[in-house]
Amino acid sequence: MMRDYLFQGLQMLLVLLLSPLLTGLVRKVKARLLRRQGPPLLQPYRDLVRLMRKDVVLAENASWLFRAIPYIVFAGTWVAASLVPTFASGLLFSWSADLIALVALLGSARFFLALAGLDVGTSFGGIGSSREVMIASLAEPAMLMIVFTLALVAGSTQLSAIAAHMVSGEVGLRVSLGLALLGLIMVAIAENGRIPIDNPATHLELTMVHEAMVLEYSGRHLALIDLSSELKLVLYISMIGCLFTPWGIAPPNGSATEIAIGIGSYIAKLTLGGFLLAVFETSIAKMRVFRVPAFLGAALMLGLLGTLLLFVSGSL
Amino acid sequence: MANYALYSVAVLLALAPIAVVLAASPSASNVIYSACLVVALVLCVVGVISLLGRTSSSVTLPLGLPWLGAHFRIDALAAFFMIVVNLGGAAASLFAIGYGQHEQAPERVLPFYPAYLAGMNLVVLSDDAFSFLVSWEFMSLSSWALVVAHHWEHENLRAGYIYLLMASFGTLALLLGFGLLAGANGNYAFDAIRVSHPSAALAALVLILALIGAGSKAGIFPLHAWLPLAHPAAPSHVSALMSGVMTKVAVYGFIRIAFDLLGAPEWWWSMLVLAAGGITAVMGVLYALMQHDLKRLLAYHTVENIGIIYIGLGLALAFKANGMAVAAALALTAGLLHVFNHSIFKSLLFFGAGAVLNSTGERDMEHLGGLIHRMPQTAFVFLVGCVAISALPPLNGFVSEWLTFQAILLSPQLPSWGLKFLVPAVGALLALSAALAAACFVKAFGVSFLGRPRTPAAATAHETDSNSLAAMFFLAALCLVAGVLPGIFIDALAPVTNALVGTSMPHQTGLDWLTIVPIAESRSSYNGLLVFIFVTVSGSIAALGIHRLASDKLRRGPAWDCGYPDSSPVTQYTASSFAQPIRRVFGTTVFRAREIGEMPAPGATAPARLTVELHDLIWDYGYAPIAAFVGGAADRLNVLQFLTIRRYLTLVFAALVVLLLVLAIWP
Repeated sequence: MMRDYLFQGLQMLLVLLLSPLLTGLVRKVKARLLRRQGPPLLQPYRDLVRLMRKDVVLAENASWLFRAIPYIVFAGTWVAASLVPTFASGLLFSWSADLIALVALLGSARFFLALAGLDVGTSFGGIGSSREVMIASLAEPAMLMIVFTLALVAGSTQLSAIAAHMVSGEVGLRVSLGLALLGLIMVAIAENGRIPIDNPATHLELTMVHEAMVLEYSGRHLALIDLSSELKLVLYISMIGCLFTPWGIAPPNGSATEIAIGIGSYIAKLTLGGFLLAVFETSIAKMRVFRVPAFLGAALMLGLLGTLLLFVSGSL
Repeated sequence: MANYALYSVAVLLALAPIAVVLAASPSASNVIYSACLVVALVLCVVGVISLLGRTSSSVTLPLGLPWLGAHFRIDALAAFFMIVVNLGGAAASLFAIGYGQHEQAPERVLPFYPAYLAGMNLVVLSDDAFSFLVSWEFMSLSSWALVVAHHWEHENLRAGYIYLLMASFGTLALLLGFGLLAGANGNYAFDAIRVSHPSAALAALVLILALIGAGSKAGIFPLHAWLPLAHPAAPSHVSALMSGVMTKVAVYGFIRIAFDLLGAPEWWWSMLVLAAGGITAVMGVLYALMQHDLKRLLAYHTVENIGIIYIGLGLALAFKANGMAVAAALALTAGLLHVFNHSIFKSLLFFGAGAVLNSTGERDMEHLGGLIHRMPQTAFVFLVGCVAISALPPLNGFVSEWLTFQAILLSPQLPSWGLKFLVPAVGALLALSAALAAACFVKAFGVSFLGRPRTPAAATAHETDSNSLAAMFFLAALCLVAGVLPGIFIDALAPVTNALVGTSMPHQTGLDWLTIVPIAESRSSYNGLLVFIFVTVSGSIAALGIHRLASDKLRRGPAWDCGYPDSSPVTQYTASSFAQPIRRVFGTTVFRAREIGEMPAPGATAPARLTVELHDLIWDYGYAPIAAFVGGAADRLNVLQFLTIRRYLTLVFAALVVLLLVLAIWP
């Protein structure tokens, strides 16, 4: 029992500590691909510490909700991230929220963040919020359809159970899973505000989505918001990792070697994921905002197609 | 138990004439609403005792049809809906003790309010078709009177007229349905109908009539047209009852007919119900996104949630028809739990809108803003309602939608091909409507309560009274309790599902950590309590840690806004500009939305304009042609009113001859 608690705690700390590093890695690789030196790998940590030490400058008419939201968003994202199996599949509390609840938990975080964009009453906050909810209104159903596909393959919506099913080798190659993987990657790009949907590095007014929404945040609040988006990136890469490349994940009650392998393979997966993301981002241009629905609509259709195939093939 | 329920309803009915007499006195609203509160609580307790005690009781009164009498009965289904009706009724009465003080025309509201409550209770209690229909009409008419209470506003009169038409149409469908069920001998008692076993074609016809009749009251697309007009027109506590409770009474009518009276269902019935539910859910929320009237937005969300409930009911029908009792119990529980949840948060939201209306005189969100500073408590409870209705954990709306998703995931085992294609599509529609609902409530809360006040009325708003706040906080607390401890509510529904589909979901409350497990833990489980605790704890740790270790200093300054803060509140995002991206994505096809920009030539002093054109296609191509046809026919026939006596006599004679001929020729 102690061991299970320890593992859950370790997992929570691991995702929290690794997330700025992953963002640093993506930035570094992108810079190197552009033949720039790039900031050091540990720069995101320094940014977070610097922001946390600074005073918060709050807009005059900001409400209590505006001040509470960074903590709500961070808590929601962190809880969601700590329920995704990273290095070991038997997580103590993984049954408390299944994949649908996980998606909804991230939805809660986004709901509050979008409210924060409207709180001060500036036009940039509004533009960010309204675009964010438009993107979410397509990305979330797409994600749920992908969840359906996975749940129907594995016979469970529990992330641990799906991961265990995937690693068991009973799965084999399935068309639905391929569709789900493609859809999940598209959703992950949209949800994390990466190119081509949104550009995390931009401050050009008319192209921002996420950055416009959090424009009024400063100091420790901004640090938490940044940390939440870094956590979200780790969450999605971990999720893709544990669902589609489940190799190396330690089984429940695994031995010390298995856990060491689990941690090693997890870090390898994160590195690979970050590297691929950086390559993808440098090789593609950002799309216009009103192209996004077509992109996400495609993800939704992929998810629906995957589910439909399973519904139909179930009876054959 | 049934006799206590009837006594309480009699008290409500007696309150109506008392209210007529008292209406002029200043303390009238206090007295009447307090009395309604007490009676509603008593009825609620009766419901709880009957449901948890698993007792069934009936009473027959020598009223109504002479050979029939009036049958009343509380079984598990009726008890559950009694709780829903009277919990909403009690909250609305408590809210109204404060809210009703500001009523401009108390004599037009007070007498009908208890009558309306009584009508809804009688529908649920009725055990024969005759009392059911009479109560149904009583409920419709008393609510119609409340809709037109503020008749000096032209829109309300129009809403009342359309409501009356649609209500009569719905009752007509139900009347025909019950007539078919009762057969030529007039066996109107539900007990007699249950054993009559109608033929397959007849049963299907009755199901369609029930879907239309109860659906028009519940707001099934495309019969929803009256709902967003009538619900906002009534005083806010009545809006809450109409949206939160009366639509549930309509759902009750459908469940009673489809699951109880008709016996074993055919599999294709569920196709109708599922398709209606899925389309209703998405259309309801898309309409809502286009609104900037707060109460109308909420009314359209009722349409959406009714869609979600019907998805649950449709799945339950499909599973029941294919003999999958466990899955049917899950789907039915999901639908019923959503009935309960929606009645709570929709009442809460309408109360919030009422408090805003009272304090600012505005329903239009474009004239609000910044209310979180002026009405902090109302803002807080309204936010709770928004999170709950957006189906976000850890509140209650999520639980019922989660259960519906779980039921959808069981449906690949259904054998029929039609369902195999339909159910995933309905699942996608459900997911889409959930995501759009969250977007819509970001808009509703963000534009009305956050930002800067857009009008002086919003800038000088004041917090609402303590009774209204008490009602809202009570409902908000229920949202949380039903969200973190859903197992208790699911277990309470067991007798209902036992009676309707033959089995119930596994017992939930004994499980570790109060988790809910629909089928088996390896399949799926959810624990709202733990999620709530985790989020609270990790948020608090973060706040505490940062404040202790890093910095807790705070300065106020002007908004940053990329360096160009504009002092005028009109530069803020409005409700329609917030919805613009979604309007472009979905609205261009669904509403034929068009944006027309008029830019004057350089140098001209005329203002630039942006007009948004939206078409309600159902209204344009469905209702308007029918209304035009009926109007045209009436105009043609109008001539008949101005004939001479000779011609009338000729007409009468001709009619007599024709009828006799028909009688003679009829085989």
